Amino acid sequence: MNDLLHKNLAGGDRAKRDQDGKPLQHAEATSMPLQAKQREAQPRAMITKDGKRVDHAEAAKRFLAAPEHQTFHDERLWDMRRKRDRQAFAIDEWEELRELASKIKEHTLTHLDTYLEQFEAAAKANGVTVHWAKDGDEHNAIVLGILRDHGAKTLIKSKSMLTEECGMREFLTEHGIDITETDLGERIQQLDNEAPSHVVVPSVHKLRMDVSDVFARTLGTEPGNDDPHYLAESQRRTTRPLILAADAGLTGGNFLIAETGAVVTCTNEGNADLSANTPKLHIASVGIEKLVPRVSDLGVFIRLLSRSALGSPITQYTSHFKAARAGATMHIVLVDNGRSARLGLKEFWTSLKCIRCGACMNTCPVYRRSGGLSYGFTYSGPLGLVIDPTFDKHKFSNLPFASTLNGSCTNVCPTKINLHEQIYAWRGVMAREHEVPLAKKTAMQAAGVVLGNPKLYRAAIATADSALSMLPRFATYNRLNAWGRGRENPEPGGQSFHLWWAKNRAGKAKGGRP
Amino acid sequence: MRQPGLFGKIMRIGLFVPCYIDAFFPEVGIATLELLERLGCAVDYPFDQTCCGQPMANSGCQVEAEATERLFVENFSGYDYVVCPSGSCVHHVRSKFDAIEQTDAVKQVRSRTYELVEFLHDILEVEDFPWARFPHKVGLHNGCGSLRGLHHAAPSELNVPFFSKPLDLLRKVPGLEIVTPARPDECCGFGGTFSVFEEAVSVKAGQDKVTDHAQAGATYIVSADTSCLMHQKGCAERMGTPMKFIHIAQVLNGAAQ
Repeated sequence: MNDLLHKNLAGGDRAKRDQDGKPLQHAEATSMPLQAKQREAQPRAMITKDGKRVDHAEAAKRFLAAPEHQTFHDERLWDMRRKRDRQAFAIDEWEELRELASKIKEHTLTHLDTYLEQFEAAAKANGVTVHWAKDGDEHNAIVLGILRDHGAKTLIKSKSMLTEECGMREFLTEHGIDITETDLGERIQQLDNEAPSHVVVPSVHKLRMDVSDVFARTLGTEPGNDDPHYLAESQRRTTRPLILAADAGLTGGNFLIAETGAVVTCTNEGNADLSANTPKLHIASVGIEKLVPRVSDLGVFIRLLSRSALGSPITQYTSHFKAARAGATMHIVLVDNGRSARLGLKEFWTSLKCIRCGACMNTCPVYRRSGGLSYGFTYSGPLGLVIDPTFDKHKFSNLPFASTLNGSCTNVCPTKINLHEQIYAWRGVMAREHEVPLAKKTAMQAAGVVLGNPKLYRAAIATADSALSMLPRFATYNRLNAWGRGRENPEPGGQSFHLWWAKNRAGKAKGGRP
Repeated sequence: MRQPGLFGKIMRIGLFVPCYIDAFFPEVGIATLELLERLGCAVDYPFDQTCCGQPMANSGCQVEAEATERLFVENFSGYDYVVCPSGSCVHHVRSKFDAIEQTDAVKQVRSRTYELVEFLHDILEVEDFPWARFPHKVGLHNGCGSLRGLHHAAPSELNVPFFSKPLDLLRKVPGLEIVTPARPDECCGFGGTFSVFEEAVSVKAGQDKVTDHAQAGATYIVSADTSCLMHQKGCAERMGTPMKFIHIAQVLNGAAQ
């Protein structure tokens, strides 16, 4: 099956090898090796001033101006997509699984109140303290309160997009809490004072020399030494003592199970387990949409998650945290931060089905060529285009236009979110609510008038020059020739089809007007 | 091949020639017309046609697309089929096109609008193209609207049995050899107005697409989407990559290259 379309997917891997030359089997390690050849500065995120729109196109242009970074980024993420395909095609019931996952999430989200209460009751019965946070500020205040109650000054935490979304690290740091990230990629980003660029592989936009620079600056590693094993080991040696001495640990959660009250984490580095099991205090911050009703539902998602994310059958660690271990304390903070409002958006509520696998980013031709930081928020790629505007419609009003509407994201989504249709729908919302720049709107109004009137249209494309000003620079909102900057214009076809017909066929056609 | 009759009558086809093809690639419109006539269809070209409204609608400006959509329906009402050699335009008409009230006339035009490949494959069920010969190495570009919107082929993301309507047709052309790029379904970055709003990403995706086909050994990129080809051609010429581009209608109509 699929021999023509997929034969390239069966190609040999340039697998990463250990010191004895044996290929590493670890999912992340088996991806493409790092291939930095010479120094090129790492492209950085744009600075978006308050009240301004995120300019994805501008940041993307700067990312593309760093070809080594861009090429590595594109190849690395495409490799993850290929591995995902291989895993997906090895399971006969793959499409059935996606459908099932989508239906379970639909059921849960449409009965969210019931399952949240069930979860809370089960967690309390397990001896866990449950908190409810309506937004990011409330979440951060709750976490700080718990830490202060326990006299905790140092916190280790595993990678959590929710806490990024809430701006927790900055808040707690301002309030005197010393934080150490336990996920390697997220630790790199923390040390570089930069946001994660991908929900699964947060520093994927960096080359290993970039990491070497960050570690030399912050951990005192040998400048210029970019050996991945040396860098990873140095990070481990400097971070382990901080982990062992930490007063508290914080994790996110990939899933909440209503019937058991458990928080389930899925990691490849065991970083959630380190954060939860080392200190005497474990705080789990989880978005309310992460619920599934039963343990038996979880299997569907576990089978989909890592296959979709990294192209490995399962994450190295899948841990259920139900209760605090002897002598320890566990808190769960259930966070809304806009989720229940999103649940009320007719066209966009199914985005809450997302399990943060990142498959939509890996397959996205725009994401791979612009980098996650170009989206200006925690969530990037197709997922970001769909949910970022729910946080700030004006600030993220350009994002729904950072897509070719190709639809590949929808096809890889393990919970079958119709991402590209939601991106299209957001464009309509932005235009209706006057969030499209005036010049662009005016150009579209002009195009609408011309294309709605045969005489005006014929006049507009009558000469090669006038046609070129309209097509393909069609309806562009500035006078600069954005088409011609990197591409040749099409040659004018001489006589249009319309004129050819008038000359050769008008009145002679067999069809005739019905 | 099925007789091109509907309930015993000759099929009356309204030919929709989108703006890009009209202005820059009239030969694609002519090839489509000649091919349909060779296959026994009675083809008319409604003279007051302009566009399907996609550029405005894809920019979120549904209100601005109203007049264009209304004009489209006026031009194409009453035909047995509306056939168009452009996947993305047909995808717009069939799957979006909701700026205007959905009257019976609007619904009828929308449901009768077909892209050329699916019309040849599904409706006419063409078995051979005896007039065609194309002795070249060809890379197929499935436009995203055709692939994932109109389901021309099994997309590489889905675990479904393989099928490809454009390949089924191209395989009937003697001499033609298909080569497969490493990323067969990767979007070429055209995306309509995306091509100017996000010029840098668009051009890079186009360059990557052309390079992928060139590395697979293609000398021609063939597609059912002229707009994608126009973009890729512009990228190839600027890069200096010696690639040729041709619409599938021209290949099936026996274009002598």
